[in-house]
Amino acid sequence: MKLPLLYDVALSLLLARGRQSLVAAIGVTFSITMFIALLSFMAGLNQLLDGLVVNRTPHIRLYNEVQPAPQQPIDRYSGLDAVHARQHNFIRSIKPSDELPRIRNVGAIIAALRRDPRVRGVAPKTQAQVFYNVGTINLTGTISGIEVEQEDRLFAFGDYVTTGDPLSLKTVANSIILGKAAADIMLVGVGDIVQITTVKGSHVQLKVVGLFESGLLEIDKVQSYTSLSTAQKLLGEANNYVTDVQVKLHDFSLAPPLAKEYAQRYEVQALDIQTANSQFETGTFIRTLISYTVGITLLIVAGFGIYNILNMMIYEKMDTIAILKAIGFSGADVQRLFVVVALAIGLSGGAAGLLCGLGLSVLISYVPFHPASLPTVHFYPVSFNPVFYGIGAVFSFITTYLAGYFPARKASQVDPVDIIRGK
Amino acid sequence: MNTPAIEARQLIKYFADPVRVQVLHSVSFALGRGEFAAVVGKSGCGKSTLLYILSTMDTAYEGELLIDGEPMRGKKEAALARVRNEQIGFVFQFHYLLNEFSVLRNVMLPAEKLGKLPGQEIEHRAYEKLKILGIESEALKKPNQLSGGQKQRVAIARALINDPLIILGDEPTGNLDQKNGEIVFDIFKELAETYHQALLIVTHDNDFAAKTHRIIEMEDGRIIQ
Ligand SMILES: Nc1ncnc2c1ncn2[C@@H]1O[C@H](COP(=O)(O)OP(=O)(O)OP(=O)(O)O)[C@@H](O)[C@H]1O
Ligand SMILES: [Mg+2]
Repeated sequence: MKLPLLYDVALSLLLARGRQSLVAAIGVTFSITMFIALLSFMAGLNQLLDGLVVNRTPHIRLYNEVQPAPQQPIDRYSGLDAVHARQHNFIRSIKPSDELPRIRNVGAIIAALRRDPRVRGVAPKTQAQVFYNVGTINLTGTISGIEVEQEDRLFAFGDYVTTGDPLSLKTVANSIILGKAAADIMLVGVGDIVQITTVKGSHVQLKVVGLFESGLLEIDKVQSYTSLSTAQKLLGEANNYVTDVQVKLHDFSLAPPLAKEYAQRYEVQALDIQTANSQFETGTFIRTLISYTVGITLLIVAGFGIYNILNMMIYEKMDTIAILKAIGFSGADVQRLFVVVALAIGLSGGAAGLLCGLGLSVLISYVPFHPASLPTVHFYPVSFNPVFYGIGAVFSFITTYLAGYFPARKASQVDPVDIIRGK
Repeated sequence: MNTPAIEARQLIKYFADPVRVQVLHSVSFALGRGEFAAVVGKSGCGKSTLLYILSTMDTAYEGELLIDGEPMRGKKEAALARVRNEQIGFVFQFHYLLNEFSVLRNVMLPAEKLGKLPGQEIEHRAYEKLKILGIESEALKKPNQLSGGQKQRVAIARALINDPLIILGDEPTGNLDQKNGEIVFDIFKELAETYHQALLIVTHDNDFAAKTHRIIEMEDGRIIQ
């Protein structure tokens, strides 16, 4: 079977029903456009939100929680084995010894982690509970002592600091970066001095070198940052006092197994990002699911459009089908002919849809968007992932093929004698 | 002896709708190469029905149909389509042309489908066939811009394009005036005598029938002569 002839006949059929064919093609264009735009936008949003979590939170957090030892000394003398069966432990509510939640041997751990090829970076952190003194009232707060350079490199700390320079934490002694909300309550700004009280009761004066906005008011009210050494001083601890080791990996999907590995090796608690933020994954999944569902529904509707136009065309072109068969076209040829018609509609509509989808995505990416929690974002996020275009093309091909296949099969079964007699 | 171009053996045809009626009763005949036969008979006696079976388009019959000695029963639909394309030229009772294509393209289509000749050659041949039928000046028009008689001649030209072994016509001259009817008759005669094609033409025109080599007369689904 010569294909060019088939294409010619298909084209003539298309032109004979030009307007309807165009409408059907526009249906496909519309659905592919929406499919692409929706997916690109949703993926962009997902990346943004995931990025928020993945980029700004440690992939693994090592810490040491004050918790009872699973095997208390007394347990060695009570139990179920024969020797100790008669002993009974009635001591309850054992208290921990006076020890802060420090990570032991932190220097060696950090050095070892930095040598691990899977690790992109490590940032130690020391958390301290404090009171901000505002006149006679005290506000509870948390000061995190950080290595500001590491924190900025690994967790984009600088993005949050809306006023002042984050690096001043390092250069200015006894400095603090306050949450914007806390600063507003205390009526202080950059350059002012705040007084805080540590849990041990000592008063310290710190100079405000910057304000930060995380986007969550509750955090901005209590959280503030200082340098690691200042935090250690506040707590009256030596410079090896670190409560958290934040680890960032090259591949964050490795976090859960690595967390287990580190917990065991360094005898600390380790929390991986997936466990800490499981709801984010769910959100991502749901958003993706919704966009695919809507996109595919649109495509199926467009498919019915093609199905309709083809059925109509076949009904109208019964004579043509009969003649083609009479002069030697087989049923398979006729079927191929109408599948080609359907594909011509679907693929031209689909190709236009891919272009329009790209255009719409570009348009969306220029719509201003200023989320409070993301000071670096100015436009709606859009992902220009070629995979979406591939999926759109494949889906438009499949739906148009199916939409064309069934009417085409019907056409291939037309009995020319019935038609010719019927004239 | 030569194998007949087309041979019918005991063809029986029923129509089941609305009641089962037998339209053809054991129709048998053979038509050799170069033979020009006319089929005559009263309206409704089964001439068209017979022709559709002979054209291989209607496969719901009993009996045997042989084209160029080859039995058609048991052939696949695609194989029958090929036979129609290559060996049979059919002119319908009503001109059946594709209005989407020019007259020329209509004539070319069966040859393009056959795909044996390059496009240019096909076009050249199509022009020739149109010329024989005296309508080459209409070649670039659309069929719906032609008169009934002109359309009929285009349909005949289309039937001739692949030089088929057999030409079947269902009242192909029905729409033609005396003069053109005679032209078509002469063409048919030449095809039979010069090119040894077999022609089986249904006609109500007794003068036309009388001039052919052989008259097959039908009555109530039987060949009576
Ligand atoms: N699809 C059908 N269903 C039932 N009966 C049919 C059908 N087609 C034709 N017939 C009957 O078969 C008989 C033969 O019809 P056919 O068309 O072969 O006649 P014909 O000889 O070609 O007549 P005409 O010269 O008028 O064209 C007629 O009696 C007709 O009523
Ligand atoms: Mg008839």
